[in-house]
Amino acid sequence: MLAYIIRRLAYALPILLGVNLLTFALFFMVNTPDQMARVQLGDKHVSEEAIEQWKAQRGYDKPLFINTAENSEGLLTDTIFFEKSARLFVFDFGKSDEGRVIGADISERMWPSLAVALPTFIIGISVNIVFALFVVMFRASAFDTAAMVLCVVLLSISGVFYILGGQYFFAKLWHLVPISGYLAGTDAIRFLILPVIIGVVAGIGGGTRLYRTLFLEEANKDYVRTARAKGVSETAVLFRHILPNGLIPILTSVVVVIPSLFMGSLLIESFFGIPGLGSYTLDAIQAQDFAIVRSMVFLGSVLYILGLILTDISYTLVDPRVRLS
Amino acid sequence: MNTVVLGKMRCGGFTGRLQTGLKKSGWLKAVSAVTGRFGGAGLWLAGTLLLVGCSDQAWNNPHPESEASANILYSSFSERPKFLDPARSYSADESRFIDQIYEPPLAYDYLKRPYELIPNTLTAMPDIRYSDADGNEVDANSENIAFSTYHFQLQPGIRYQPHPAFALNENGESRYLFASAAESEQYRSLDDFTEQGSRELVAEDYVYQVKRLADPKLLSPVRALLSDYIVGMTEFSQIASDTRKALEEKAGKQAWLDLRELSMAGVEAQSRYDFTIRLKGKYPQFKYWLAFHFFAPIPWEVDRFYHQPGLADRNIVLNWHPVGTGPFMMTRNNPNEVIILEKNPNYRADYYPAEGSPEDVAAGLLDDAGKQLPLLDKVVYRLEKEAIPLWTKFMQGYYDRSGIASDSFDQAIRVSSDGIGLSPEMTAKGVTLEKEVVLGSYYLAFNMLDPVVGDKGDAKSRERARKLRQAIAIVYDQQEMISIFANGRGEVAMSPIPPGIFGYQSGEEGINPYVFDWVDGKPQRKSLEEAKRLLAEAGYPGGRHAKTGEPLVLNLDTPTGGSGGSAMQNWMIKQFKKLNIQLNIRGTDYNRFKEKMQTGNAQLFQWGWLADYPDAENFLFLQYGNNGQVISGGSGVNSTNYNNAEYNRLFDQMQLMEDSPQRMEIIRRMIAILQRDAVWASGWHPHSYVLNNHWVRNVKAHGISKSVVKYFAVDTEQRSQAQAAWNAPVLWPIFVVVGILLIALLPGYRGFRRRQQRRIQTALTNTTPAEKEG
Repeated sequence: MLAYIIRRLAYALPILLGVNLLTFALFFMVNTPDQMARVQLGDKHVSEEAIEQWKAQRGYDKPLFINTAENSEGLLTDTIFFEKSARLFVFDFGKSDEGRVIGADISERMWPSLAVALPTFIIGISVNIVFALFVVMFRASAFDTAAMVLCVVLLSISGVFYILGGQYFFAKLWHLVPISGYLAGTDAIRFLILPVIIGVVAGIGGGTRLYRTLFLEEANKDYVRTARAKGVSETAVLFRHILPNGLIPILTSVVVVIPSLFMGSLLIESFFGIPGLGSYTLDAIQAQDFAIVRSMVFLGSVLYILGLILTDISYTLVDPRVRLS
Repeated sequence: MNTVVLGKMRCGGFTGRLQTGLKKSGWLKAVSAVTGRFGGAGLWLAGTLLLVGCSDQAWNNPHPESEASANILYSSFSERPKFLDPARSYSADESRFIDQIYEPPLAYDYLKRPYELIPNTLTAMPDIRYSDADGNEVDANSENIAFSTYHFQLQPGIRYQPHPAFALNENGESRYLFASAAESEQYRSLDDFTEQGSRELVAEDYVYQVKRLADPKLLSPVRALLSDYIVGMTEFSQIASDTRKALEEKAGKQAWLDLRELSMAGVEAQSRYDFTIRLKGKYPQFKYWLAFHFFAPIPWEVDRFYHQPGLADRNIVLNWHPVGTGPFMMTRNNPNEVIILEKNPNYRADYYPAEGSPEDVAAGLLDDAGKQLPLLDKVVYRLEKEAIPLWTKFMQGYYDRSGIASDSFDQAIRVSSDGIGLSPEMTAKGVTLEKEVVLGSYYLAFNMLDPVVGDKGDAKSRERARKLRQAIAIVYDQQEMISIFANGRGEVAMSPIPPGIFGYQSGEEGINPYVFDWVDGKPQRKSLEEAKRLLAEAGYPGGRHAKTGEPLVLNLDTPTGGSGGSAMQNWMIKQFKKLNIQLNIRGTDYNRFKEKMQTGNAQLFQWGWLADYPDAENFLFLQYGNNGQVISGGSGVNSTNYNNAEYNRLFDQMQLMEDSPQRMEIIRRMIAILQRDAVWASGWHPHSYVLNNHWVRNVKAHGISKSVVKYFAVDTEQRSQAQAAWNAPVLWPIFVVVGILLIALLPGYRGFRRRQQRRIQTALTNTTPAEKEG
């Protein structure tokens, strides 16, 4: 397995390089260093000299990929690409265009992201599995049909609607929770209740439908019929036979998401004022701070690749038939 | 125990009420059964409810319980500040924080109108002396003025806020000095520096800051402007740049350059409390710059402290942790969540003003006269990016002050024949409205370098273009735009100068006679026929070229994006359609827009200007020829590229004068030139509306100064009562949800049991006698 993991990590390098090159090229096509400088320096009394100095201080006055003015070593290293993007490979995120250390910001902001994403993820999965099993128990009945209609309805509603509706009813009308905000420590719980509930409810439609399909597939297999033939109770059939076998495909869709939980949710964090990495990315896009955006895109790619590797490993743990080679 | 006291839910109150309700309805047993089955979920729900229910404060209170009844002002910010360094910051979003911390030599009187400068950390207003090129003192009105020297006398005894940069060890040396990043590794944030100190403000600190403004590394936005005036500033910039380069080659990029070792010819500390700044020529507007945070003092110890190895890598920099002598100090700066200012324990003797107008007296603005400032212990600014949560929290009493977003305007404001006032809902809550005319203008303008609408070519074509601009100025109904898109919050600009500034004229005298007539005591826009006549004279009868017959198409560049899609853009197209002119709106991102302006590639455009200081010069320089965007390479503020010799001559004359009838006459002539040439098709001065909850006192809008929080006061008792009254939790939805779940679960559970039973029965029924025997 170790050889497999090393091989997968080696495969990841060209992928990350490609992602890096692509984002780098896109950002510099959209915005030149001069434009970045103007955004950061503001509107009033901005001289050409100030723009040149801003670029020089941040290394944006160098060539993009090849520095012909340098010798063999500096040819590639004394360039914007090497200094701004290649260093990401050693997780040196550098400074944002406004001068803050990105690494320090990320380590500070990932905790609020996790505080929302983790309970939403765990409770969401649990609720979806319970609902799906419940529906499977009553499969091919009127209840099943009604539940699926409800799921499609829930699935069709925009996430923003859940957020605005939740804020209106729970916070504005009924005064049960703060409408938005965040405090550190145990005080955070008051602020997390509503985003977590909304995150869970918004995911019920899609999750329940997917898991129901997976469980139904298992429910029609021979070993389930055999178990029933042996006289095993319906509860035992569901929980001892269908659930463990149904969890294998669920695991594949779930494990890949786990590392990305650090990245936070753009929508939830923005609407609820939670100072996580999701809103960090969104703010950076709005402020055209490409140093942050590049870092977050790279980090997202790394975490996604990590998620895929973890998924492969988890296969071997839950399904003895699978061996990594 | 089943009573909710003004929304404050006590632990016993909640559980008592819950149990009473359940016992009465006889559902307790059923609930117990269900929670027994679904123990985990029940426990989680109960735990959560208990956690919030056991608190003394309202459930939806976004502030920590420990702050209940504290003397705190709660406010918000929507944009995270980029720069908190007084040499670098040039935005109102940043000034609202650092202007409470840093103290420049001058300040604005809080209550007096028109705006008046007063000494801040000085004993008196600076003494200004003029001299000729030979150094001989001359009169203020002399034509031979070569230099102006400002003498500043500081109040003794002013002390800085407590800060680790001032902490000393037993030998009197700095407590925190690190030779390497490894030594500072243990200090992850400013809070980790447990020892703090302070010291007295001295003249050298102001000198040090002026040198910082000149240091090219700091990229101060006013360096280029001030270099034109302060003697030796340009030379100092070069020296600082060269010295830094040599230092960085030797000691690395983070090395601290001690600016005390470099001298600037025009800035000098004469004694501990006395310093001078020498300017080239006469620059009356310099006094306004002295009320900006750019001229706030920075002690060298602080600059050295933040330049120590390793600190910048943890965002421990002056740009994020300001240090000043002001009424407040920043004790928490998390621009992603909250910024907290607390009362500076070392703040000097500074008292609430005792003079004000009769209106101020009537409004209770002098009730705290003579009290030591600041009146608040703490100010908490929370990040609020969305308008709905901000408004909701204000209405719930959790924010003391709020602006009015368009979505909330109808709820907050009632427009009637008597004018604009608060809605009955706001009046019932005791909310007060704070109105002011923003010292700025938004405008639709022409690029005077454009061959169609501009001022190019021979006299005949210039005259035709002028008539075209005048025709457009008549049909562009700015008042309608303000009513539709700004909820009436603004007024039509007759000139670039807004109300409240010397040079502004109201009434018939002030109207733009090329666009309006004075009818029945108010301005009335000229007729469409008049505009059509001008258009025909311009060579476009009926909106078509007189010779070719081709329709007149004009291009508007706007940074708002879209191409005619938005309601605003459709409205603009309709305005031009009145003259049968086709308006092509070219939406672009702000960067591209600025590029077009810099290169003069626009025809019509929309932009705005917010004043730096309350002087006509700061508005009329928007059309000064030397400030043209194109000829200045993008650094000028004259985005129209207007260049009129007579206007330029009058401007040169006017900018050197103090306010006087002569100056007023020159301003009138300048405005008349602008109106005739119709450089702006239209403009408007926005109005700012701020709402205050009834427990907020001493609030008076100030168009220029942001250093006003020290005057604010809150009645915390009234606030607590209002918060409790307005936020009683509504519990019935919880019971409804629980009820619905039970209704759904119980039949489901019964169905499940029946299903299992049926399967067993079916299995037994279907079993053959032979199987039974087997």
